[in-house]
Amino acid sequence: MFLRPDKAEKLAFATLKVCMASVIIFVSVLLIHIIVNGYSVLSIDFITQMPMKRMTEGGIYPAIVGTVSLIGLSMALAVPLGILSAIYLNEYSRPGRASWVIEMAINNLAGTPSVVFGLFGLALFVKYFGFGPSILSASLTLALLILPVIIRASKEALMTVPQEYREASLALGITKWQTTRKVILPAAIPGIMTGIVLSIGRVAGETAPILLTGAAYFLPRIPDSVFSQFMALPYHLFVLATSGTSISQTRPLQYGTALVLLSIVFMMNGIAVVIRNHYRKKLNR
Amino acid sequence: MSKNENITNIKIENLDLWYGEKQALKDISIDIPKNKVTALIGPSGCGKSTFLRCLNRMNDLVRICRIEGDVLIDEQNIYGKDVDVVDLRKRVGMVFQKPNPFPMSIYDNVAYGPRIHGLSKSEVDERVHKALEDAALMDEVRDRLNDKAFSLSGGQQQRLCIARTLAVKPEIILFDEPCSALDPISTSKIEDLILELKKDYTIVIVTHNMQQAARISDHTAFFLLGELIEFGRTKHIFEDPQIKSTEDYITGRFG
Amino acid sequence: MSRRNNKEKAIEVALLMTSGVTVVALFLLCIFLFREGALLFGDHSLVSFITGTSWYPSSSPAKFGLLPLLAGSLIVTAGAVILSVPLGIAAAIYMAEIADPKVAQLLKPFVEILAGIPSVVYGFFGLIVVVPLLQDLLSLPTGQTALAGSIMLGMMALPTIISVAEDAITSVPSSLKEGSFALGSTHWQTIYRVILPAALSGISAAVMLGIGRAIGETMTVMMVTGNTAIIPGIPEGLFDPVRTMTATIALEMGEVPQGSEHFHALFAVGAVLFITTFIINLIADSVKKKYRLQEEA
Repeated sequence: MFLRPDKAEKLAFATLKVCMASVIIFVSVLLIHIIVNGYSVLSIDFITQMPMKRMTEGGIYPAIVGTVSLIGLSMALAVPLGILSAIYLNEYSRPGRASWVIEMAINNLAGTPSVVFGLFGLALFVKYFGFGPSILSASLTLALLILPVIIRASKEALMTVPQEYREASLALGITKWQTTRKVILPAAIPGIMTGIVLSIGRVAGETAPILLTGAAYFLPRIPDSVFSQFMALPYHLFVLATSGTSISQTRPLQYGTALVLLSIVFMMNGIAVVIRNHYRKKLNR
Repeated sequence: MSKNENITNIKIENLDLWYGEKQALKDISIDIPKNKVTALIGPSGCGKSTFLRCLNRMNDLVRICRIEGDVLIDEQNIYGKDVDVVDLRKRVGMVFQKPNPFPMSIYDNVAYGPRIHGLSKSEVDERVHKALEDAALMDEVRDRLNDKAFSLSGGQQQRLCIARTLAVKPEIILFDEPCSALDPISTSKIEDLILELKKDYTIVIVTHNMQQAARISDHTAFFLLGELIEFGRTKHIFEDPQIKSTEDYITGRFG
Repeated sequence: MSRRNNKEKAIEVALLMTSGVTVVALFLLCIFLFREGALLFGDHSLVSFITGTSWYPSSSPAKFGLLPLLAGSLIVTAGAVILSVPLGIAAAIYMAEIADPKVAQLLKPFVEILAGIPSVVYGFFGLIVVVPLLQDLLSLPTGQTALAGSIMLGMMALPTIISVAEDAITSVPSSLKEGSFALGSTHWQTIYRVILPAALSGISAAVMLGIGRAIGETMTVMMVTGNTAIIPGIPEGLFDPVRTMTATIALEMGEVPQGSEHFHALFAVGAVLFITTFIINLIADSVKKKYRLQEEA
């Protein structure tokens, strides 16, 4: 059966629209479902109280503290490393074996499943270095996991800095490093920030790696050092939703936790958009 | 060729340059006199910009670029082993085709070089003011030194870039088609400025505009396909070229 | 002067060493993963691991057969690909070719949000909405099936597929498009006769990356697939519970004494997973390179 070209086009475009719409509907349903159900649970108490009665009541404070510590420590490690690596790759390295090896390593790490990072962290940090299941082990693991993402984003940002800036500065008798520090890096910072902020969202949501490197089912207190075990939002959600005897009883807590987690991620996405738009406006003067 | 009254500032001997397999400059020898304006003309792709970039070693940034021959500035070979490129570029400033101020304030653009070169705050301030005066920009920006450099017009931006170069106190200034992105009024301001600057600096300018070369330069070099065809006093080159292809180019008979 | 040069040189070396961290990390990752995994093969043979059809870590003697887990991963991933590839490519065509640019600008952040949602939230949603829905609709004994995993993974792979495929489509030179229009083709004919073939290798790279993402995903599958280590039938296994390699590692590692046989078996599974994604990324990479070369030619 052959359709006339214009009919075929109409049919095809309608199909494409249906596909696009179904993607949008699915995401919308997911988001609305969690927001509607989680919203009623949210309160100051929910985010500032300890879990109570075997986690069937109370808040998620220690999980928030844990997630924030993980973000802070892993970013403190990965951001400087990532930016410096990107500077090397974009400003210094010449095409050759060394840069090929580095690029290949970055691509491979970026494609490695997060649960494999978890195994790696378990073998290296928990076991071999003897850090035990702890905030430190988990943060180091997350830092390695996010490093390729930060390098790529920073490199991308450095690539958009006009070549003229480099030439102008070098022509004034300024060294390469000073040129990089005083002109190139400041011009690339908005783009780099966007990448960093997005990877914060990613770190906040990662579960499998921390599951293997120190996340705890339940802790009655706030961790007091980087060698302590910890609770974290995504793992808390997983635990509430899948284990224990009171899964349906704690449903509201699960929605609340999911919403808090989503809020962190969206806040980061929002900040990234704001930085990007601000930057775009500046570029267009 | 240049007369005795001229002291040679830059002496180029048998310069060859390759981009990968392609030879872009062939056996160039030329003496550029001190405190004069030397214009480099020729059709696009003739190698005049490439040649200019040999004088402050900007071609070092191009990875596949290879150079043979000597470039002597004050009798020192700038491609010698013990030469510090960074020091060389302090002595040989460059103004580019497209105005390329940094995304900073007007003041910070000019202060950028002196600051990094370690001058004190008051010295920097002095340099900035002097450079803006010398670049004939001060009157237009006196009240808005802290505005973004991008808020200036194209011509003002180009004079800002000149001021930025002057603030480093070079001996030689290279201009790479500095007016090709500017309107006629801005162009004439820059031309006046160049005439003013030659009192203190040796100036080499690449231009595709023959009237401009005729107006401002003392000597002119005509390049074609990577070769230096003719070099001499501007008056002679324009009124009495010795070589047929020079004449063809100047009279506009060139493709 | 030479002091400054030395400093510049030192900085360059320091920067090189910093970017070497990624190389060291990858190197250590391989060493530790394979070393811990290899320790399984004192008592168990490599062949029995790879061809074993049962995964009974706590029976005695324990059985560590990879096949049920591998098959679990494959069936869930295959289902995800069947769902997400047509949907993702359709969405990419829509955004790149058909949608009003303003609408496309609105859709883009939407896709970004899709990429940003943590996998555990997908898993949670799958568990409380999709799983019961499947159970009711298909009247299954349980909704925790490979299909549920495929649906959720398909959704998660979408942003990767959409954004890479969209890139490939928009980078088709407009001269090709105009040439086709000038011959009197409709927009749709132009899309499937000219644009899609020209973007094919880019789209294939998108698909490969999507597969890589799906096969390595852990939390979502673990929460919705029921985690039963049986070799699934094809295709009816889609409607049964399965257990993937990723879920096995995450589920069992918590209860395993460090250094035990079972511990090493899980690392061996991790090594297989690593090799699998490594190969998939390699293919995606070479496909992408090919399409870049074509573009330049």
